[in-house]
Amino acid sequence: MFRIVNKKELNSAVTLLEIEAPFVAKKAMAGQFIIFRVDEYSERVPLTIADYDREKGTVTIIFQKVGLSTKLLASKEIGDSIRDFVGPLGIATEHEGCKRVAVVGGGVGCAIAYPQAKALHQMGAKVDVIAGFRNEDIVILEDEMKAVSDHYYLMTDDGTKGEKGFVTDKLKALIDAGNKYDTVIAIGPIPMMKFVSLTTKPYGIRTIVSLNPIMIDGTGMCGCCRVTVGGKTKFACVEGPDFDGHEVDFDELINRNSVYKAEEAKMQEEHICRMDKLAHDLIQ
Amino acid sequence: MPNMSLEKIKMPEQAPDVRNKNFEEVALGYTEEMAMEEATRCLNCKHKPCVSGCPVNVRIPEFIAEVAKGDFLAAYKVITSTNALPAVCGRVCPQESQCESKCVRGIKGEAVAIGRLERFVADWYMKNCHEKLEKPVQNGKKVAVIGSGPSSLACAGDLAKQGYAITMFEAFHTAGGVLVYGIPEFRLPKAIVQKEIDKLSEMGVDVMTNMVIGKVLSIDEIIDDMGFDAVFIGTGAGLPSFMNIPGEALVGVYSANEYLTRINLMKAYQPKYDTPLRQSKAVAVVGGGNVAMDAARCAKRMGAEHVYIVYRRSEAEMPARLEEIHHAKEEGIAFHLLRNPVRILDDGNGQVCGIECLKMELGEPDASGRRSPVPIEGSNYVIDVDTVVMSIGTSPNPLIRTTTHGLEANRKGCLVVNEETNQTTREGVYAGGDAVTGAATVILAMGAGKKAAAAIDEYLQNK
Repeated sequence: MFRIVNKKELNSAVTLLEIEAPFVAKKAMAGQFIIFRVDEYSERVPLTIADYDREKGTVTIIFQKVGLSTKLLASKEIGDSIRDFVGPLGIATEHEGCKRVAVVGGGVGCAIAYPQAKALHQMGAKVDVIAGFRNEDIVILEDEMKAVSDHYYLMTDDGTKGEKGFVTDKLKALIDAGNKYDTVIAIGPIPMMKFVSLTTKPYGIRTIVSLNPIMIDGTGMCGCCRVTVGGKTKFACVEGPDFDGHEVDFDELINRNSVYKAEEAKMQEEHICRMDKLAHDLIQ
Repeated sequence: MPNMSLEKIKMPEQAPDVRNKNFEEVALGYTEEMAMEEATRCLNCKHKPCVSGCPVNVRIPEFIAEVAKGDFLAAYKVITSTNALPAVCGRVCPQESQCESKCVRGIKGEAVAIGRLERFVADWYMKNCHEKLEKPVQNGKKVAVIGSGPSSLACAGDLAKQGYAITMFEAFHTAGGVLVYGIPEFRLPKAIVQKEIDKLSEMGVDVMTNMVIGKVLSIDEIIDDMGFDAVFIGTGAGLPSFMNIPGEALVGVYSANEYLTRINLMKAYQPKYDTPLRQSKAVAVVGGGNVAMDAARCAKRMGAEHVYIVYRRSEAEMPARLEEIHHAKEEGIAFHLLRNPVRILDDGNGQVCGIECLKMELGEPDASGRRSPVPIEGSNYVIDVDTVVMSIGTSPNPLIRTTTHGLEANRKGCLVVNEETNQTTREGVYAGGDAVTGAATVILAMGAGKKAAAAIDEYLQNK
């Protein structure tokens, strides 16, 4: 069992949990992920590591409540434990040679972009962060990002905070203004990573994206997380999750990630029925 | 006088059209009377050919003689003196190509039902004997066992009995390896596997789940930092192969590993589990091994109306056990033999809507000695399916090999070991099972685990 030692609601949809997992904390690196399972009946779900504290033996995850499992996880409180927490999985992001980097985060993806910016900043690279959100209400990690970057650019789709526009608009403007990035790291929704990669391609800037396909084991054993990169099949769990954004078949990934949409909707409905019945029984 | 009946006593089974809708065990096992009667078919041959057909040399005529006498506890003791997992082996061993293939009774008629008798004895023991195992006196030495499948269970069991402190590291959330994620409940009830693991725990084996060795800890850290005196690697052959044909990335294409893991380990067939699985109407399983049969039979049980096995050779070349092929056919699985998939078809929305196959004919024998299939040009046809399960083999997982200095592997990624001792190219590090042989059987893996345990004991006694 893995105990929750800290919890914060970063916005109405995004939760931070700090979890006691000393073995994972000891080895975790930026870019790697964990797989959690809340209880005996839950799915195994991968989440990229947002932070870790080797001395305390804790790992921080930040996630959006989108499906059954993440909603169940978010319902846990400090002091509660979850059944399984395995990691660190995947290959850590390759930061060698990075001197001038643009880190682009989209929505909850900023949670994973943050440790990238932090690691790069600590190794002495010059880091510009471009963070994009739908609106003011869901902005997360603003102060944290500012602390580990040379410039922090906040973009919202509707202009309620920072500048109005997309992260790709800002990235292109910065490149055109003469910023010579050797690397762009993009982490966020798949369409965002796709368009960041399309933006940097004409400039020939190395672009790293962090992919989030569906997984079971995270050890290369099920093949569920396969993605096409440069025309070849790769298992994101062991060969990724980072890949060259100019080579990834994003449309295929979007399609593959939709596989259980119908089942998921049905299960959520059943789950609510189950909870309602439970509540009903309790009242009786 | 021995019982000269030419046929084995039949084992009661669930009816095919009943069992293909549930996950309960197919074969129901012998009663005491059936077992004792079948046991009298054994001639108790002096030269014991059956024993030479068993990878762990179970003293077969001896245990069968005890069954015939009705002394099932004595029979159990004979079996478990060389086989740690009789309830598992009695169910999943390919007896027809091992012990039973050597049985003298098989020359005219059917061999003695050795597997069924082994299963009976193991089940009888589990049902009737509840002695708690004592934790053996500790000898002060620590061995790490990586993986918790058949080779690891056998290795850990033997070493624990001799007083070694064993820690077993499992990557998944439940121990048992392929016995829990791969082989379905209806062939091997998970409660049986759990009992075997509980036995190890009673003997003091520490089972640590959620530990992906090669990631969370390296072999070097296990030895140098954690103070283990020896390591056994029994991590199996978990890496699934795909055909590299167009359409394999479509929604609805699974590896057999994924499909079976969702159903068996993650229990997609039980409504109280959240595990999603595609609700398939028609499924093509590509391959002809036991895993393919398991996947096809699972698909049927999950509610698919049509389930097809697509295999590029003929039935004679199928690597699956005869019993599995027979059971699959009884349950309504359709066999498309001498057919090879060339592409998987897209319904226009990124989902599978069919599999295009080419008809094949058998040519000359290939390196494996089996006649190799040759495509018949222009014979393409389409099977309408919404799901495809690729069950064309697996290879060893590279996670440990690529993170451990000095651990050599062959071209196929299998760890290189000394055949006498199962020691790898690193001193104090041993390996066995599919990680060494590539995908093989439960009993071979168990045999390797036992062999390694003996070698580890010898190594540590002399160290």
